[in-house]
Amino acid sequence: MKVPPRTRRALTRVARDTSFLALGAPLHLLLGFLLFVFSGLLWETVGGGDADAPVIMGLVVVLAVLAVPALTVAQIWRFRRLLGIDIPRPGPRRVLRQAGYHCFTGLLLGALEVLLLALLVAGVAAATVYVWIWAVPWEWRIQHHGYSSQAFYVTVAGLGALAAVPACAEALVRVETHLGPRLLGPDESEDLARRVADLTESRAGAVDAADAERRRIERDLHDGAQQRLVSLALNLGIAKATLKDLPPEARAVIEAAHQEAKEAIEELGNLVRGLHPAVLDELGLDAALSGLAARSPLPVRLRVDLPPRRTGAQGGEPGSGDGERAASAVEAVAYFVVSEALTNVAKHAREATRADVTVTRLGAILRVVIADDGVGGADPSRGSGLRGLAQRVRSVDGTFRMSSPVGGPTMMSVELPCPT
Amino acid sequence: MIAEDSVLLRIGLVKVVEMAGFEVAAEAGDAQGLLAAVAEHRPDLAVVDVRMPPGFTDEGVRAALSIRRDRPETAVLLLSQYVEERYAAELLATNTSGVGYLLKQRVADVEEFVDALRRVADGGTALDPQVVAQLLVRRPSDPLERLTARERDVLALMAEGRSNAGIAGQLVVSESAVAKHINSILAKLDLPRADADHRRVLAVLRFLGVAG
Repeated sequence: MKVPPRTRRALTRVARDTSFLALGAPLHLLLGFLLFVFSGLLWETVGGGDADAPVIMGLVVVLAVLAVPALTVAQIWRFRRLLGIDIPRPGPRRVLRQAGYHCFTGLLLGALEVLLLALLVAGVAAATVYVWIWAVPWEWRIQHHGYSSQAFYVTVAGLGALAAVPACAEALVRVETHLGPRLLGPDESEDLARRVADLTESRAGAVDAADAERRRIERDLHDGAQQRLVSLALNLGIAKATLKDLPPEARAVIEAAHQEAKEAIEELGNLVRGLHPAVLDELGLDAALSGLAARSPLPVRLRVDLPPRRTGAQGGEPGSGDGERAASAVEAVAYFVVSEALTNVAKHAREATRADVTVTRLGAILRVVIADDGVGGADPSRGSGLRGLAQRVRSVDGTFRMSSPVGGPTMMSVELPCPT
Repeated sequence: MIAEDSVLLRIGLVKVVEMAGFEVAAEAGDAQGLLAAVAEHRPDLAVVDVRMPPGFTDEGVRAALSIRRDRPETAVLLLSQYVEERYAAELLATNTSGVGYLLKQRVADVEEFVDALRRVADGGTALDPQVVAQLLVRRPSDPLERLTARERDVLALMAEGRSNAGIAGQLVVSESAVAKHINSILAKLDLPRADADHRRVLAVLRFLGVAG
C-alpha cells in the first residue's frame, strides 16, 4: 500500500515526538525518584526506624549529585538525536539551574509525559477492544449480553484518545523545546561570549585565507606570467638591437611590440605589488613600504619607526627575529593601506605636491598615518577604494579615521592592534 | 656565469650576455648550482636572479654575498623583480667595485643592460634608478635638501654608477658641467673628493646611510 507523503510525514513526526517523550519520562523522573527515596528514608530516620537509613541517604545524595551532569548530557543527547536541536554544553557555573530543571521542571514534564504515554497505551488498548474480547472465553460473552455496544463505546473513546495524542505530543514537545535549551544550555551572556569567540576565530581564519590567497596569486604571477613577459621583452629587445637592416615598417612593429611588452611588465608589476609582495614576508613592512614610496610619482617622505628586526647584514636565515614583527595579516593590512592611499593620492589628490607616510608602533598599536597637501574633499562614504580600505582595516579590528576638508590637507590615520 | 631559474629568461640572458662580447661559462637554475659553478669556473662576472629555488625568497642575494666574500674579484650583477634597497645595501656594504643591482625588466632595454653589464664587469657599479630613488626616499637628511634639482639628478645618476660622460649623455649637458655639479655636490655634502667612479658611489651610499 502506498502511503501519501503527507501522511507519512505526519506519522513520522508522531513517532518521533512520542519516542522523544517516552525517552524523556525516565530521564525526567529519575531525580524525582531519588528525591522520593530520600524523603522516604528521611521519614524513616526521623521515625527512628532502620539504622542503615542515613548511610543509604548519603548514597542517594551522592547519586543525585552525580546524576545532574549525567542527566544533562543525556538530555542534550536526546534533544540532538531525536529533534535535531543542538544545545551547547553549559558552563560549569550553571549546575544549580540544571539541578532545578531536573528536579522540578523535570518532575512536571515527566508527569505529563507519563500521562501522555498512558493515554496512548489506553487509547491503543481501547481502540482494539474487539480483539481483546475475542480472547476471553465465549461463556463470558454469552453471560454479558449487550457487550458489543459497550465495546463500541470503548472503541470510540480509544480512537478519540488516539486522535488527541499527536496534538498533545506536539504541544508537549513544543513546551520542552522551549524550556530545555533555556535551562540546560548556557545563558545568553555565555552564549554571546561563545558566539563572539567563534566569530573572531572564523574571521581570523577568513582573513588568513585571503592573505594566503593573495600571496599565492602574487607568486604565480611573479614566477609565471611576469617571467615570460620579461623574456618576451628581452627577445624583442635583442631583435631590435641586432636586426639593424630590417625595413622600417618591420622595425616599427618590433619597437612597438617591445614598448608594449615593457608596459605590460610595468602594469603587471603594479598589480602584483598591490597584492602581497614577497619583500613584505622576507624583509618586513619597512622594506616593502620603502619600495612603495620610491615608486610613487610624488615625493613621499617615509618614516618607519618599528622595533629593529634583524641585526647585522648576514643575520642568518630570512625571517629570523620575527618575534618583534606584527602578525603577518596586520603587516599585510598596513602595506595595503599605504599602497592604496598612495595610489589615491596620485590619482585623486589634485595639486598635491608631496605625501608623508609615518608608521609607528606604540606598544600594542601599529599606527599608520598618510598625509598629503592636495585639495582634499575625499569622502570615505563614496568611492569603493576608500571603503575597501576601511573594510580591510576593520577585518583585523583596526580603526580607520580620515580627515579631508575641502581645500586640504588630507590625512588618513589607521590604527591596527598587534599584541606583543 | 648566469643563474636564473626561469629557463626562457635564462636563454634570453645568455644571448644578451654573448652579444655584449662575454663568454658564458656556465648556467645555473638555483643558488647551490651557482656557488658550485662559480667555484669551478671562476667567472669574471655572475648575473644572479634574487628569487630562486628552493625557497623563492632571497637565495640569490645570499649566494651573491657569499661569492663577494669568498671571491671579491668576481663581479656580481643581481637581477630582481622588486626594488629592495636593503639587498643592494648588503651587497654594497663591503666593496662597491663590480657590483650591480637592477630590476629584472631592465634587461628588456638591451643596450642599457649591456652597458650595465660592461660597467659591472669592469669593476664599476650599476644601480637601478628605482633603487636610487628608494635610497633618496629613505634618507631625506638635511644636507640633501641643500642640493638643487639638477644636482639631485646628477647625484641620482652618480648613484646608479654612471661615469661623468654617462651622466653628461643622459642629461644632455657637457661633461665639464657635470664635473662642476659633482664638485658642488661633494662640497655641499662635505665629502672629500675621490678619483674612481665607484668611490663616488660608495661616498654617496655612505652619505645616504646605507653602506657602512
